[in-house]
Amino acid sequence: MTVIATTSSRNRRTTVETEIATLEFVTMTIEDQMFGIPVLQVQTVLGPQTITRVPLAPREITGALNLRGHIVTTIDVRTRLGLAGKEHASGMNVVVDHKGELYSLVVDAVGAVLKLPSAEFEKNPATLDPVWSDVSMGIYRLDERLMIVFDVERLLDLNRQVAA
Amino acid sequence: MDDLLNEFLIETSENLSVLDVELIRLEQNPNDPELLGNIFRLVHTIKGTCGFLGLPRLETVAHSTENVLGKFRDGELKVDSESVSLVLAGLDAIKAILTELEASEKEPVGNDTSLIKALDALAEGGPAIIPTVPAPILTSPAKPEPKPVVAASAKPEPEPIAEIEAPEKAEPRESVVVGSSIRVHVDLLEHLMTQVSELVLTRNQLLQILRSEKESTFTASLQRLNHVVSDLQEGVIKTRMQPIGNAWANLPRVVHDLAREMGKKIDLKMHGDETELDRQVLELVKDPLTHMVRNSVDHGIEAPLERINAGKPETGVIRLDAYHDGGYIIIEIHDDGKGLDTDRLRRKGVQLGMISDADASAMTDQQINQLIFKPGFSTALEITAVSGRGVGMDVVKTNIEKMGGTIELVSTKGEGSKITIKIPLTLSIISALIIECAGECFAVPQISVLELVRVVRNSKCQIEKIKDTPVLRRAGRLMPLVSLQDILKLDHRAQDDERDEAFIIVTKVGACVFGIIAHRVFDTIDIVVKPVAPILRHIEVFSGNTILGDGSVVMILDPNGIATATGEIVVADLDHERTQIEEEANLHRANTQSLLMFKAGGHAPKAVPLSLVVRLENIEIKSIEYSNNNQPVVQYHGELMPLVPCDPAFQLGGKERQPVLVFTDDGRSMGLIVDEIIDIVEETVDVQLKSEIKGLMGSAIIDGKASDVIDISHYLAHAFSDWFGSKDRDAFGDEGLTQRVMLVDDSPFFRNMLTPLLKISGYDVTAVDSAVKALELCEQGADFDVIISDIEMPGMNGFEFARRLHDRDAWKDVPIIALSSYASEKDLNRGRDAGFADYVAKFDRDALLNSLSLILTNTKGAV
Repeated sequence: MTVIATTSSRNRRTTVETEIATLEFVTMTIEDQMFGIPVLQVQTVLGPQTITRVPLAPREITGALNLRGHIVTTIDVRTRLGLAGKEHASGMNVVVDHKGELYSLVVDAVGAVLKLPSAEFEKNPATLDPVWSDVSMGIYRLDERLMIVFDVERLLDLNRQVAA
Repeated sequence: MDDLLNEFLIETSENLSVLDVELIRLEQNPNDPELLGNIFRLVHTIKGTCGFLGLPRLETVAHSTENVLGKFRDGELKVDSESVSLVLAGLDAIKAILTELEASEKEPVGNDTSLIKALDALAEGGPAIIPTVPAPILTSPAKPEPKPVVAASAKPEPEPIAEIEAPEKAEPRESVVVGSSIRVHVDLLEHLMTQVSELVLTRNQLLQILRSEKESTFTASLQRLNHVVSDLQEGVIKTRMQPIGNAWANLPRVVHDLAREMGKKIDLKMHGDETELDRQVLELVKDPLTHMVRNSVDHGIEAPLERINAGKPETGVIRLDAYHDGGYIIIEIHDDGKGLDTDRLRRKGVQLGMISDADASAMTDQQINQLIFKPGFSTALEITAVSGRGVGMDVVKTNIEKMGGTIELVSTKGEGSKITIKIPLTLSIISALIIECAGECFAVPQISVLELVRVVRNSKCQIEKIKDTPVLRRAGRLMPLVSLQDILKLDHRAQDDERDEAFIIVTKVGACVFGIIAHRVFDTIDIVVKPVAPILRHIEVFSGNTILGDGSVVMILDPNGIATATGEIVVADLDHERTQIEEEANLHRANTQSLLMFKAGGHAPKAVPLSLVVRLENIEIKSIEYSNNNQPVVQYHGELMPLVPCDPAFQLGGKERQPVLVFTDDGRSMGLIVDEIIDIVEETVDVQLKSEIKGLMGSAIIDGKASDVIDISHYLAHAFSDWFGSKDRDAFGDEGLTQRVMLVDDSPFFRNMLTPLLKISGYDVTAVDSAVKALELCEQGADFDVIISDIEMPGMNGFEFARRLHDRDAWKDVPIIALSSYASEKDLNRGRDAGFADYVAKFDRDALLNSLSLILTNTKGAV
């Protein structure tokens, strides 16, 4: 099972590698680590919002917010990545559209939109934390730092069991 | 407008629009016999109906058009675009006349000679010439200037047709009957609904703001906006409402086909098809409904032989009922089949490891029955194409519950099963109560709130605890309570029991009533239900979420889910309690009958089944008149109704008013004079002493008293033999035995028209819409004195039907009258060959009645 999953994901990553040649990314940071999401997947970016808690929800889901009449489920990326959550998880909201539903990824800060050449993209280092590796499409080598590209679909799939 | 005419207009304009399409298809596939047959039949129906209604002008045009089509059908004429255009021209002329007819309720004066000539010429094998001036409306005969278009011509000129399509008229009029509804794409309605939902939310927000401002210049306008939005919302919801009949329109066909396939006899009865519900719900309920009905056919109703052996009528009955109950629609599917085989379910459950042996013996039958809702549970011995693939009832249940509905099943072995589905009318906007628990707000659908109880510590009304289970005394019983704080795992400094005050939301799941402990209660408001994100859908205590007036998101609590979340034990208990209640009720219902108790002479109260009584009247003695032979009568709904005293010794007078039970039989009414109406009781009727006295069925213990059950047929016979005299009797044969007529006609219009006509003339009429149905009746052993059959019918036509009947012993000697307006010499001969006793024009009422009485007299003479 695991083997199959790895192969298929590797194939997928190869295609992504060629496709993202001139992609633009919305960048964001969590605990000084930089992440990027292809700009076309991002609906909007919001400042700190009033979030309604959803009882019994998985840990990663902080609740729901109202975006112009649409209900957006908020996901604390920090928790998702296995980092210690902040006392009051409020931060910037990067709203993404996934299969017609809106989700907000709560991160510490949102940075500039970067246009990145594919030459600087490479796959995850083999030793990367399995949870991180699972939600990362690959790494961009920027001048000063490294940027992880989020695989939004996997990021939103909370049921993924990653062998820790 | 005359009802008949109105019905004719609707039916005809529907037929015409079908025709337009079919003719175009015919042009493309000129050799499709089925298509031709269909077209021919439609025009034929139009013609026949015109004749009956006395619309000669329309009839002649239809007749000529039909002639051409007849030639097409018989292969005597080639179908090409010119001749099709001419037929279309004929249809256009019919349409034009219909428009006038609708406006004036009279057939317009006019002249269609040129068109008819052209059609007739074509029928005779001449070229298709489309006359330029159709003159359907013009009162003065217009001079036809035929512009010949030779059939062989490669380029037919389109202008003449265009002219016909736009007949000269003073002002174009919209067809009222036909144009009163339009088709709108569902997406548009969906979009409107979403927009209105958003508008409602925005309005709520505005009102919230308004409330916080003491004096605002916006108050008046906002109030107005408020009302308009409410009306708009209501209107848009209405546009989405559709009768449930749309969801089950295909079921008669499904049942029919399946029953045939499986050699079963099933009667599908559907009640309440006008019950409306949101189309979204309708769509969702369609498949489960079909599935369950198929199940009833497949597993429920037994084969005819098996039924007879079980002492049931050969034909099984599946009944569908739909009605509104609060904000819900209730759909009941009832069959009188064999019910669920609990023993097999039990074995199967154990075999599949769903229940243990111990469980199996401990569970009641009704609990066992619920197993069919478990995934992967299918009991059909063989997996048929029909059902039994193990993806049955659990999917149905899941789908129904997804809509916020419930499904319940009650089955009695040998007697049938009943499935009750309860679903909300609309999924979008609901009224909800906003509550707070541990600092967080939730919405509870108002529909699930039975009542609200405020509890205060150390008062009469307080939460008590048995070990750790909170309960509340309510209406003399203990009601279990569920702590929302615990269920939702909300942490807060103050626990439920540390609070001085709390609110109990009393709710009901199935038959179990329980209370949900909340900390505060706010308003009831209309909310737009939005589904929860897929990522959260597994949390069963929420049925959706919504945005409140202040823009905040709240989760909507689902009492069903809360009941489930409290643990299996509670739910099992609920199920148990529920099924027990139902079992009792069912047992009770199955054997009882509503009886009307009254007094009429003697000491013992008398009883008659309530279902036979049409009305109860209190008739003024003054209004009673006497007929020649001293029979008391009274004018009732414009007719004379004979009055028969229940007690032969009864004498009128003494009172100002006399209670009368009205019975109706075969369109005649009779009043049964009684002394006093006592009561209506639900009782098991068990006639213990058969009676020798005429008019009494016997005696039974009803309501603890010995009562006489009367035999109403005796009184009916009495009333009518006295009242109608003996003259009519002779005409109909012995002892009021009316002649039984079966009418076979595919047009509902004709069935509706001929049935009462024949009934008035004293025949007992059974109308069916196809020859196939008639043959089914034959197989079931029905008996008729004469059959009237249409010739042009889809599927099996009249000739085929007659031939088939003559092959059967049962109805071999029953005379058949052909009913057709297509009575050419060729057809007459064909009819005689097929064995028709007579050939009658469809629109000639008198001829039909004459033929009937002639044939019946002859048959009687022969026998």
